Amino acid sequence: MHVDDLAAQLATDVDGHFERLVLAYQDRLYAFALRLSANPQDAEEIAQDAFVHAYHALKRYEAERIRTMALKPWLYQIALNVFRNRARARRPALVSLDSLGDGTGMEPEDDEGDRPEPITERAERERELVAQVAALPERYRLALLLRYIGGLDYAEIAAVLGQPVGTVKSNVHRGVQRLRLAMVEQRIVAG
Amino acid sequence: MDEFEHVLTMEAPELMQGLRCLGDVKAPAGLLPAVLMRVGLGDAYWRLETVIGPVFIAYNAHGISALMRAGDPVRFEQAFRQRFNRPVYPALQPPTDLVRAVRQYLSGKRTRLHFDLRGLSAFERAVLLKALEIPRGQVRPYAWIAREIGHPKAGRAVGTALRHNPIPLLIPCHRVVRSDGHIGNYSLGGSLVKRALLQAEGVDPEALEALARAGIRYYGSETTHIFCFPTCAHARRINDRHRVPFRTEEEAIQAGYRPCTLCRPL
Repeated sequence: MHVDDLAAQLATDVDGHFERLVLAYQDRLYAFALRLSANPQDAEEIAQDAFVHAYHALKRYEAERIRTMALKPWLYQIALNVFRNRARARRPALVSLDSLGDGTGMEPEDDEGDRPEPITERAERERELVAQVAALPERYRLALLLRYIGGLDYAEIAAVLGQPVGTVKSNVHRGVQRLRLAMVEQRIVAG
Repeated sequence: MDEFEHVLTMEAPELMQGLRCLGDVKAPAGLLPAVLMRVGLGDAYWRLETVIGPVFIAYNAHGISALMRAGDPVRFEQAFRQRFNRPVYPALQPPTDLVRAVRQYLSGKRTRLHFDLRGLSAFERAVLLKALEIPRGQVRPYAWIAREIGHPKAGRAVGTALRHNPIPLLIPCHRVVRSDGHIGNYSLGGSLVKRALLQAEGVDPEALEALARAGIRYYGSETTHIFCFPTCAHARRINDRHRVPFRTEEEAIQAGYRPCTLCRPL
């Protein structure tokens, strides 16, 4: 069944269709939480909490409200709230990027001897990008994650973040430009 | 994709693809079961050896939801989904408190277990909760449950509700016997299993059947002039010399006996 029908199905019977909601969004929401928290354990807890919150909200809402809901941005909004509340409760151990972004090129991973096993080039690039994304200021990072991992459009991101569409657009653009710059710098430094 | 992204895809295809690839992650296998468990929509189960062989016990946020005898986990999972219309997953690690409580309960210790009886009608719930009041080592007839829950004429419906008991063994429908005193049938493996279970709990099934054949349904005490179900704790204390058998409650009343307030035969 198509995801678009899901809101209508949930409106008639939350319990009967909630499993499908989780199945439809768990990979994306987990990926979002993983890139937000940079920690698989935290990501799993955030995704879990987000779905549990979503369930209880759906049980409270009138059928008509559920029917007209945009489930995808709504779920990301919940996940983001969960992440922020957790961050407030205890400062999470985000990946520290001081050593990566300082332009000195003295990253610990330069030391070949520290690597447990050879990393493929692709995996290496991905690891680099993950670190660069995590190093972005939050306004850029959130916009990018919602855009490229969540696959939300600008209007949806604006709704999730409570910002004007123009702000979202410019944050996505600036975020990407910063990443580009950082990657180029990295490459120059790395020779 | 807007114009900006389009240009970037041409200029820095690696970066754009890389960004999108960051979302190519599979959620851990435990996520869905954990979520469904927490909201009470999914259940987990573990396998337990009992006096009647291996059983599967399912539980969720509301309590224990099912107990079934099934050959293998796959068949159990299918049977569970068919009956309850929701999934059940093998527990990665069943909660130690719950496992201990179930073991203690089955070995006869007084332990409080929580049961998830949401899918049942109010009548079915009343029947099962009443069955829970029958102490280990004792039995009561279907008609007793019907009367106790305020539906004295619903003996047959009580039988149906007990047959559909989702948590047999833990909700002791095996302690409910036919109103003529015969042991009767059992959903978890027939009358032989029921007899074996009762015997393990300290009831003598042979004696029970012998009484039923003789038409004896109550025992009275000559010294107290109280009459009980034969397995009532009070009835068991009556001395052989003072034990008076009755076939009906009228017979007992006419002989000047009053019903026991513990087992409430009337």
